[in-house]
Amino acid sequence: MAIAAEAVAEATFVEHSRGFRSRWYRTPSFVTGVSILGLIVLAAILAPVIAMHNPTDQDLLHTLAGPSWSHLLGTDDLGRDVWARLVYGARTDLQIAFLAVLFPFAIGTTIGLLSGYYGRWVDTIANWFVNVVVAFPFYVLIIALVFALGSGTRNIYIAITIVGWVSYTRIVRGEVLVAKRRDYVLAARSAGLSDPRILGRHLLPNVITQAIVFACSDIVLDILAIVTLGYLGLGVQRPRPDWGTMIADGQTYLTTHWMLSTIPGIAVVITALGLSLLADGLADLLRPE
Amino acid sequence: MSLGAYVVRRLLALIPIALGVTILVFFLIHLVPGDPARTILGNQATAPRVALLRHEWGLDRPLPVQYAKFMGRIVRGDLGSSLFYNTGAGHLALERLPVTLWLIGFGAVLSVLIAVPLATIGATYRDRIPDHLVRVVPLAGLGFPPFWVGIVLLLVFGLHLGRLFPVGGYGSGFFGHLHAMFLPALTVAFAIAPILIRSLRASLLEVLESDYVTTARSKGLPERRVLVNHALRNAIVSTVSVLGVNIGYLVGGTVVVEQVYAIPGVGQLMINAIFQRDFPIVQAVTLIFSVMVVLVYLITDIVHALLDPRVRFD
Repeated sequence: MAIAAEAVAEATFVEHSRGFRSRWYRTPSFVTGVSILGLIVLAAILAPVIAMHNPTDQDLLHTLAGPSWSHLLGTDDLGRDVWARLVYGARTDLQIAFLAVLFPFAIGTTIGLLSGYYGRWVDTIANWFVNVVVAFPFYVLIIALVFALGSGTRNIYIAITIVGWVSYTRIVRGEVLVAKRRDYVLAARSAGLSDPRILGRHLLPNVITQAIVFACSDIVLDILAIVTLGYLGLGVQRPRPDWGTMIADGQTYLTTHWMLSTIPGIAVVITALGLSLLADGLADLLRPE
Repeated sequence: MSLGAYVVRRLLALIPIALGVTILVFFLIHLVPGDPARTILGNQATAPRVALLRHEWGLDRPLPVQYAKFMGRIVRGDLGSSLFYNTGAGHLALERLPVTLWLIGFGAVLSVLIAVPLATIGATYRDRIPDHLVRVVPLAGLGFPPFWVGIVLLLVFGLHLGRLFPVGGYGSGFFGHLHAMFLPALTVAFAIAPILIRSLRASLLEVLESDYVTTARSKGLPERRVLVNHALRNAIVSTVSVLGVNIGYLVGGTVVVEQVYAIPGVGQLMINAIFQRDFPIVQAVTLIFSVMVVLVYLITDIVHALLDPRVRFD
């Protein structure tokens, strides 16, 4: 009986992945999203090779220069190469964003799984925490937390985790409430499987797809938060290159050198578009037929 | 359940949330690494000054006592006093609240004005080229950093194109505000519009397939009237509640946008306070913003229950 129950769960999971394998290249948004993101990640990884300049090297004799062969996108107010800062900025911001999404994902999914499965007081307490966090405007709470904790990468992770886990909990809890009434869970339960086994082997694989899809769009929100903190001077600290500080530094020269603020913003928009398309395509692909 | 009973139940549900919000705001100060009083006053501050602040904020007492004192002050409407301006932090924030409310309200109106036509076009041309274009907007739009959109709008409309709009400030009088706040409000609207377009399009599609729309069509009503009088009226109700649910995102966006356009609102007060390490102001603003969000949730729920009695029996 227990084995039969496992087989049902296994089958639903395999069904998803088989559909995925045969259909991914026919989902345009997924392919476009992966291509855009792939190029940006590649640029970030290859930054030392393709940057051609050190992103923090100042050249005070050639400040605010226009695009040229030696400086593809020109130089900023301290004579630093804009192209080099852009690709190294991708390295910084993508790295922080990808790491920052992991903690809320893991914590939120776990709490959602437990509160949905056990209900009662576990659910009541989890809901209370969710409602309290949701009462704060996203940016206000992040800014307040980073201010209290102090700027720096580690504290960005902490702030994003405190604010971000609630969405995962809400999504996973909803999915669990539906899934726990399905036959395969009832079968696993009546077969006498332990709670950890039902949660880990049967419920988790079935409810996690929605959380993964959400994580892709959540990275977009995290990138925006990181860049916004950088812009306000609370995020990545100078001289480490980051798109947010680049936009802030360029704003001073908006009237004469508009490219300095616009280019890093375009980089954010393109990265976010890649991630949104990827999330959209994933949602399509993982939807059970 | 009567509407009155529903409202009472919603109000009661607010109590634990309000308590949680105050606890989180209270704990902000304990997230400060090391001795908060020393960190906030900086290295130049003398030891007696630090000790005085520590005592003034009750940091030398046990946590529950500190929280009780904190709550006692909040209940009396005292949100602490600014370290920099030497006045009440709550007073400072409330003084600037009208500016921020203007920005939020104006932004919300503009976002609905952007979302409704686009979503209607998407829903009426379902799966054809106009619809595909409309569906790209939410996908791409959510990735625009609000502060950067602000800078680009400033660049295009404030500095070029005949300097149509002022590059900062708040203006005076109703039309002055309308003129000065147009670009900031548009920036705020751009941030929230993608979410609205997505949900309004979805609910329009649902309504267009419902029985009463089919009935209206079979009566021979022109498609335009079916759309405006039957479908849109219903879909807008759900859009407004989506706007309510996302009010936190809208309010948070204003903080950053006020910084870009130098608008003297609550958000700017918060950011300035951060650089002056004026802790009571940051706490007060965070608290005021969250109270605002909770109130909007409440109003949205009540309006929703008024318009759709099914909600009350949930």
